Amino acid sequence: MTLDLLPIDQRARIVAVDWNALVPEEARRLRALGLEEGATVSIAHRGVAGGRDPIAIAIGRMTIAVRRAHAHAMEVSPL
Amino acid sequence: MSRQRKIALVGNPNAGKSALFNALTGARQKIANYPGVTVERKSGRMVLPTGEPVEMTDLPGAYGLDATSPDEEVTSKVIAGKFAGEAEPDVLVIVLDASNLEQHLVFAQELLALGKPSVVALNMVDLAERDGLVLDAAVLEEELGVKVVPTVAVRRRGLAELGEAIASAESRHAGPGLTDLGPTERRVAAHAMANAAILSESKQHRLHARLDQVLLNPWLGPLILFAFLFVVFQAVFAWAAPLMDGLDAGAGWLHDTVKAAMPAGLVRDLLTDGVISGVGSVVVFLPQIVILFAFILAMEASGYMARAAFLMDRLMAYVGLSGRSFIPLLSSFACAIPGIMATRSITDPKDRLTTILIAPLMTCSARLPVYAVIIGAFIPNTNLGWGIGLQGVVLFGLYVAGIVGAMIVALLLRSSITKGAASGFIMEMPKYQMPRLKDMAIGLWQRAWIFLRRAGTIIFTVTVVLWVLLNFPQARPGESQVDASIAGKLANGLAVVVEPIGFNRDMALALIPAMAAREVAVSSLATTYAVDAGDDEDQQAVELGDRLKGRWSLPMALAFLAWFVFAPQCMSTIAVTRRETNGWKWPSFMLAYLFGLAYVAAGVTYWIAVGVGL
Repeated sequence: MTLDLLPIDQRARIVAVDWNALVPEEARRLRALGLEEGATVSIAHRGVAGGRDPIAIAIGRMTIAVRRAHAHAMEVSPL
Repeated sequence: MSRQRKIALVGNPNAGKSALFNALTGARQKIANYPGVTVERKSGRMVLPTGEPVEMTDLPGAYGLDATSPDEEVTSKVIAGKFAGEAEPDVLVIVLDASNLEQHLVFAQELLALGKPSVVALNMVDLAERDGLVLDAAVLEEELGVKVVPTVAVRRRGLAELGEAIASAESRHAGPGLTDLGPTERRVAAHAMANAAILSESKQHRLHARLDQVLLNPWLGPLILFAFLFVVFQAVFAWAAPLMDGLDAGAGWLHDTVKAAMPAGLVRDLLTDGVISGVGSVVVFLPQIVILFAFILAMEASGYMARAAFLMDRLMAYVGLSGRSFIPLLSSFACAIPGIMATRSITDPKDRLTTILIAPLMTCSARLPVYAVIIGAFIPNTNLGWGIGLQGVVLFGLYVAGIVGAMIVALLLRSSITKGAASGFIMEMPKYQMPRLKDMAIGLWQRAWIFLRRAGTIIFTVTVVLWVLLNFPQARPGESQVDASIAGKLANGLAVVVEPIGFNRDMALALIPAMAAREVAVSSLATTYAVDAGDDEDQQAVELGDRLKGRWSLPMALAFLAWFVFAPQCMSTIAVTRRETNGWKWPSFMLAYLFGLAYVAAGVTYWIAVGVGL
């Protein structure tokens, strides 16, 4: 399943990222923040009322906000 | 070696660099811009424990040397010594957030691989301990091969040790293997190092996670944000009022004192009617600007600003922008200049350009003087019930008109000129912190000083020039001074253009000097009517509203308000846009589209108002 569908607070490992689906600059920034293959993540919050965008991802001791489209490019396996 | 050594603070965003910088250099700071880009260059002096004075610069936060935004580019160029006009730093102070080591060590390794003399500041160890994380600096020191000093910038802990480490930092050869690591290997190494350095870690619930449960709640979060923004704007208008009255009274007192003390004549009139009234009518707005900036600085320092961006992202996405644009746009309510400068953190160039182009539509504090005078004179303060007055509703309407205008323009731009892939939103949410009073005070002082300098230079000059243009040549007996003056003749020319939208000659006259800054419109109306009234006038500012009432109709006043919602009457904004976009193309476009909008909006307002018989 992809990261955007992960239930809140469910830990998962990123197993594959479709880097081609992302703008190169954004792909670089996601990598710089550690959102890449092998990272353990969970979803901390979802966006405003009903809209499920953006998504706040907990990774390590950080919280990173991304759009759903970014999370959709990441394949995860729940732990 | 007589040259002063240069020390650079470098690290990820949210590593607490600025607080450390403030603690190390105190108030001896210089804020300027890096040439060619509007990235703030903060530098200050520090004396090392050895007695050696050094220059310290605070480089913009970055995630790596591989830049993805203009400010990251500055950082990587300066470190490499490739930034024109900027000496290569002699020592790097790599600032790490102790509670986010795994992330921050990735960039640290990249920096250390450069082999420059370096020191690591393990910053905010107190916050890490609050979160139940105890670290061993010695382990990190061994792994990284440079001195690691635990610091708490706010409590001045570790500063002396850091100074000693800087003084004795030497060139090193990067350990083998460190230089040729790729990003993924660095991350693996960072993970291992961070784990090795942890002495103890408790899994206690962290404070910020709990705060986020409430503040980022999909229903409650936006409500809290809007309630907070309401308080901010309430504060800007209500809390500032007594201070503004005080400043106003002070300017009036100075005006009268000078008038009484000096012999009558042109010099006295220039000083009182020109300088004191003109500059005074603008300085009055200092309290509002300081209050608004206090909230914005507190939002940034506490970490709430990033949450606000998160909450606003969905709304901004509707017009093709992202939550990142919310921060510059909110700052633009104080002043478009820091707002436009804050766009440098927006990664996507088209997103950034769109934000720059709409920033002047946010109702900045310079419009307030204009709005306040016109609304005060023409809109009756009818009570609409529940303590809501008609004047307040009109003012609110003007703010809304600016915001709605900005959203429509953004939507149009994003589907035409700045068309491109839908912009993304990737942003680290920093930990919550209590804003530090000292950092806030330094930030506020800098903003206030910039504003006062502007009042003292641009507005001073414009007011004096206008006064001269209004007073020469002197009118013959029986002729109005304004009609006879150079300014009056200039305005007659402009009046032809603005007559179709209901403006009279005096309004046209106010628009000319207001090109420098919007608030000058008030002082120039005041100056014009004071000159026009001749010698029997006094207390011109107080009576300005009454004077306007006698000369303008309600549709004219409304048209004038509508004009100021859109008109790009601010030289500084145009200048900063030029610097920010590296050329005249975008500031010219901005001028053209905003004047076009202003003209149409004022015209439509005027004719509708006349049509319904106001």
